[in-house]
Amino acid sequence: MHYMLLFNEKAEELGKRTDSVKAEAYWGGWTAYMQAMAQSGVMVSGNALQPPDVSTTIRVENGLRHVVDGPFADTKEILGGYVILDVTDLDAALEWAARAPCVSAGSVEIRPVLASPAG
Amino acid sequence: MDRERRAAAREAEAAARSSYGKLVAILASRTRDIAAAEDALADAFAAALTQWPRDGIPANPIGWLMTVARRSIGRAAGRRRTAEAAESVLRMLDDERDEAKPDSFGDDRLALMFVCAHPAIDGEAQAPLMLQTVLGLDAERIAASFLVSGATMGQRLVRAKRKIRDAGIAFAIPDPGEAPARIGAVLSAIYAAYGTAWEDVTGADGKLRDLATEAIWLARLLRQLLPDDPEVMGLLSLMLHCQARSAARRSATGAFVPLDVQDMTLWSRSMIAEAEAHLRSAARKAAPGRFQTEAAIQSLHAHQRMTGERFTGPLVRLYDTLARFAPTTGVLVARAVAHAENGNPAAALVQLDQIPDAARYQPFWAARARVSWLSGNEEAAWASARTAAGLSNDAGVRAFLLAGGFRGRVR
Repeated sequence: MHYMLLFNEKAEELGKRTDSVKAEAYWGGWTAYMQAMAQSGVMVSGNALQPPDVSTTIRVENGLRHVVDGPFADTKEILGGYVILDVTDLDAALEWAARAPCVSAGSVEIRPVLASPAG
Repeated sequence: MDRERRAAAREAEAAARSSYGKLVAILASRTRDIAAAEDALADAFAAALTQWPRDGIPANPIGWLMTVARRSIGRAAGRRRTAEAAESVLRMLDDERDEAKPDSFGDDRLALMFVCAHPAIDGEAQAPLMLQTVLGLDAERIAASFLVSGATMGQRLVRAKRKIRDAGIAFAIPDPGEAPARIGAVLSAIYAAYGTAWEDVTGADGKLRDLATEAIWLARLLRQLLPDDPEVMGLLSLMLHCQARSAARRSATGAFVPLDVQDMTLWSRSMIAEAEAHLRSAARKAAPGRFQTEAAIQSLHAHQRMTGERFTGPLVRLYDTLARFAPTTGVLVARAVAHAENGNPAAALVQLDQIPDAARYQPFWAARARVSWLSGNEEAAWASARTAAGLSNDAGVRAFLLAGGFRGRVR
């Protein structure tokens, strides 16, 4: 089964990306984690995302485009990245999720990918 | 012919009762689709009721039900669209062909129990789900026992089954590293099913009496499937100790009878003996835990009555241990009473004051009444008893409290 792991990070955790002291440890942790998934063959795809201050949201109402700066809603945790894994079951997905650097400084949501209908 | 039909109906019913969970577990283990397995089983039982009286009871009734149910799942999957679902059904049908003997399937009920108590399943749904899938109880009956409407319970169960199927929760025994926590969840779910029955102290509700028996049945099954786990033994022992006293907990008029004045001739000696045997087996494993401690407490309570001796000191130590394993509001309240009974009501009052969010918890006020009484504060005792009575939904308990039952045996 394919699962999406959504990595939610607290603002403080995300701030480490550009912190001269903490950035190295931050990226080191994520790189090792992503490599481990890639090497074990479970990773279908995945990316880190830029922070929400460069995010743009659009909504169309009555044919009018409403484009706003920033994410749709302000939340305490920010989506910092995601991966798609191909594993046998939820427990296997949970095991990978539990290794994510943000799991103790945020959370990881695990969503099964909706299987496409057979052609 | 009529006799034949009745025999067939009895055979189908017996097969249903003894093998329902087994069949659900096997049918759903590949597809993870419990609802589809249950539907297919219902079809198979219906077919048995029409065919067995006509053609005779098959040599292997369970194998027959299994084959019919699998075909029914296969037909249903053929109508389904998703490739993934069809694939898992094909694998299951392959398994069927690979099976040398029709009665050679193993027991997947343990895996089914782990699925029902998986941490990804809503906690409120775990015990009901286990009662339904392992024992085949219907949602209406489970709903009545858990004090929710049939529709609510139905939705809860449907949602849980959908989650198991769509989130891909595996039908598997957890890894050794994870097993203790996962077994703990299974035990808690079984105890929740039993606790629901136990709270019905009136014992007037036939449905709840049954549920206590069903919960014990689940614990016995788990004892068989996990023969070396001391906590499983502890839970079974605990429930048997409580169940042994069920007939003595109410007077003929329905009045609440506390443990220290129960008519011991109404206790089930055989259940107590069995409970003690499980507790001894558990002790030999030298790995204490929550349920073993609770069972030991119930064992001491029983011995206190049977021997006339007071074991308040050992009870305090056991409650202190239990509070470390499971510091729930209920345990902390009971522990305070144990300290008060052991001659330390002042410390007990301090302990009660430290329990958070207990203001609307009925046992907290009943305990406070008893502890206040033991500390010599009669006025506070009566006031707490009135609060406890106001929070109780049981007429017998209410009457007991308002009549000053907290004073203990009035000599």
